Amino acid sequence: MAEAINAVETRGISKSFGAVTVLTDVDFDVRRGEVHALAGGNGAGKSTLMKIIQGVYQPSSGDILINGERVDITSIQDAKAAGIGMVFQEFSLVPSLTVAQNIFLGVEPLTGGLIDERKAVSRARAVLAEMQVDLDPKAEVGRLGTAYWQLTEIAKALAQNASVLIMDEPTASLARHETEALFALIERLKSRGISIIYISHRMDEVYRVADRITVLRDGRKLFTSELSQTSPAAIVEGIVGKKIEGELTYRPRERGHVQQEVLLEARGLNAGPRVRDVSFTLHAGEIVGLAGLMGSGRTELARVLFGIDAIKGGDVLIRGKKADLSSPNRAIAAGLALIPEDRRDQGLILDHSVRENLLLPLLGRIRRGPLLDLAAGKALAASLIERFGVKVANPGRPVRLLSGGNQQKVVLAKWLGTGPSVLILDEPTAGVDIGTKSEILDRIRGLADEGRGVLIISSEYPELLAVSDRVLVVRDGSIVDDLPRQDIDDEESLQLAVQGVRP
Amino acid sequence: MTKTDPAATLEPALQDARRGFLRDLDWRRYVIYIGFVVVFAFFAILLGDQGFLSPNNLLNILSQTATIAVIAVGMTFVISAAEIDLSVGSVAGLSSVTAAMTISSLGLIPGIIAGLLVGVVVGSVNGALVSMLGIPSFLVTLGMLGVAVGTAQYITDSAPEPILDDTFNNIFGSGSIGPIPVLVVWAVVAVVIGAIVLGRTRYGRQVLATGGNRTAAEYTGIRTRRIKFTVLLVSAVVASIAGMLYAGRLQSGRFQWGDGDELSAIAAVILGGTSLFGGAGTVVGTAFGALLIGLINNGLVLAGLESSQQQIVRGAIIILAVALARKK
Repeated sequence: MAEAINAVETRGISKSFGAVTVLTDVDFDVRRGEVHALAGGNGAGKSTLMKIIQGVYQPSSGDILINGERVDITSIQDAKAAGIGMVFQEFSLVPSLTVAQNIFLGVEPLTGGLIDERKAVSRARAVLAEMQVDLDPKAEVGRLGTAYWQLTEIAKALAQNASVLIMDEPTASLARHETEALFALIERLKSRGISIIYISHRMDEVYRVADRITVLRDGRKLFTSELSQTSPAAIVEGIVGKKIEGELTYRPRERGHVQQEVLLEARGLNAGPRVRDVSFTLHAGEIVGLAGLMGSGRTELARVLFGIDAIKGGDVLIRGKKADLSSPNRAIAAGLALIPEDRRDQGLILDHSVRENLLLPLLGRIRRGPLLDLAAGKALAASLIERFGVKVANPGRPVRLLSGGNQQKVVLAKWLGTGPSVLILDEPTAGVDIGTKSEILDRIRGLADEGRGVLIISSEYPELLAVSDRVLVVRDGSIVDDLPRQDIDDEESLQLAVQGVRP
Repeated sequence: MTKTDPAATLEPALQDARRGFLRDLDWRRYVIYIGFVVVFAFFAILLGDQGFLSPNNLLNILSQTATIAVIAVGMTFVISAAEIDLSVGSVAGLSSVTAAMTISSLGLIPGIIAGLLVGVVVGSVNGALVSMLGIPSFLVTLGMLGVAVGTAQYITDSAPEPILDDTFNNIFGSGSIGPIPVLVVWAVVAVVIGAIVLGRTRYGRQVLATGGNRTAAEYTGIRTRRIKFTVLLVSAVVASIAGMLYAGRLQSGRFQWGDGDELSAIAAVILGGTSLFGGAGTVVGTAFGALLIGLINNGLVLAGLESSQQQIVRGAIIILAVALARKK
């Protein structure tokens, strides 16, 4: 049998950062004209593997083969020269330039030393025509929708003769018909012999576009399989693994803890395409998990409740009374607190000290006349630091210097100082080590025990299952399922509920 | 069980703490004070014979610095909130003219009110355009610079407008309290109030938070639009007071008073350790920044440098100081 030559192949790739090994002996291959899905949980090593192929990282050991030949990829330029293109999740385009200018950024066609704009436009037009995409090369990228950004990214890679495209969650920011168009484009690219590495957690998509799938777990390859020979359940199990961490198991809370009183009730809430007719209740002492895929509208719901995005229709009642949630300020006054998704951008002022960050929502509390009572502020900050076990030597130093876990504790402590009755936590343990994670989860349980209502969003299902008394499944901006914790057998069944696949 | 001497175990820990303290001590934050002392000592040694250290000369430095210091206090709030105000110099000019004209027609109190009103109106327009329409403050205040100075020139037909009210002239600039020129008193009052408001009030913290990370501040319930509006309002009102200080000292209003002060004020603020990108700032630092500029001007004059040479040296010193103060 004539062995088909692989477009890209890695052999025995290992990578460690200092003492931490993130990839161990990974063999991975992509055939020509193949769509190869890559899946794995957080920290499984997907992005590290992709960064090695793109020349961002150098492997500690192992080889990379392009078209069957061993190559050294030591920079992004090397990877590009070898024909590897990335369609970035966070798009890497210059919004003020046109489509054509972006496509040829850095490799502009020249005539007599000057940029030949007309040549660039006509070549861009040719690439777009080959993609069978209706896009004006002279349009300014900043004025186009996200779907067109993505197309421009793909065109940019193709114009630079990429034969392998890496797409990381390419549909996360697309509407349904745009997704369909992307899939059609992927089919056309395949038929031209272009290989695609498709990173996604969505089983329906993977089955739709991919030929094979490789699942990584804990930096090792678990398996590679033809999709026709495996089931979604097997893949989900592979991603999730069977390991049970003691800290992350559900402890049924005593019955009395979830109280009768309804703290927060949403009635037919509407706000844009990602929050559609959402109704639910949150009781005092209850922890409700929001499960959904990236882009399903979980974060948008949190933003609406906290007054960052405007409510277009429907009501929110707090303790039975209609609440005004038109700004974060009013939401805080109504007793809400939001621990935002991105602590570095939304939760903290990184260059300010730990103490200043902690006190920011509490300034009204440490006033003496018109002035701030700095001594009282110091004492209040110290007590918050102690209560939340923030490990910090000097609270006067910038919060930027703390570890991710400790930064997250500062965000939590900052909000709990305000004594909110309803807490919304968006990915509260993202980028936090396992020890701190279980500590934070314990605190969350403790907060509910004190009679607060907690709404928790997490992409990590073990975590969600460990703390939630009830899980709401969000899909396309709507709540499609309301599952009491005891009705969810395990992570796999939650995963399947989120995917909308019934075993 | 043996008892250990607590002092013996404490000592290494203390040493560690001291070493840690020195390492933690970010000397870059104090560059302005170090620079001030160095430059002062340099001139004192070099120009001691030319009367640099005479009380008269020192008071002179303070008076000459006072108006810039006042403007720079307002500017510290603006820059701390990650905005900029280029219109302060021309607001000072317009305020001097408006106050002078109103004093001669309506009297002292209406004149002062009219001067302040210039600041309120210009500041409100600047603030509204920046916070409501989201136009960058650089552009809004650059435009306003032209509008204000043009208005001042137009309504006076380019001529100085004399002020004959001695009370006004004495309060705003010409008078003195004992040996202390009243200008210096104004500057000290502005710095003290500014330092307390920025460092010790809820508003000040919210200004710094808005400048440090607007998204996080917004998520914390701070009304960042209101903060952006008020810093520009404060800056313009303070500039209008500075305009009246010019008017009182020079006993007239003229559109040219304050010309170019926005750049001196920004230099003083940045020299004082306020981050040009917002989020960190101190008014006391700003005051020393203004003083350092005044000190350099005075020393270079005493050293007999020509004005062209002065400009070169002053520019080089400012760049050097900011380069030393930058973060690694």
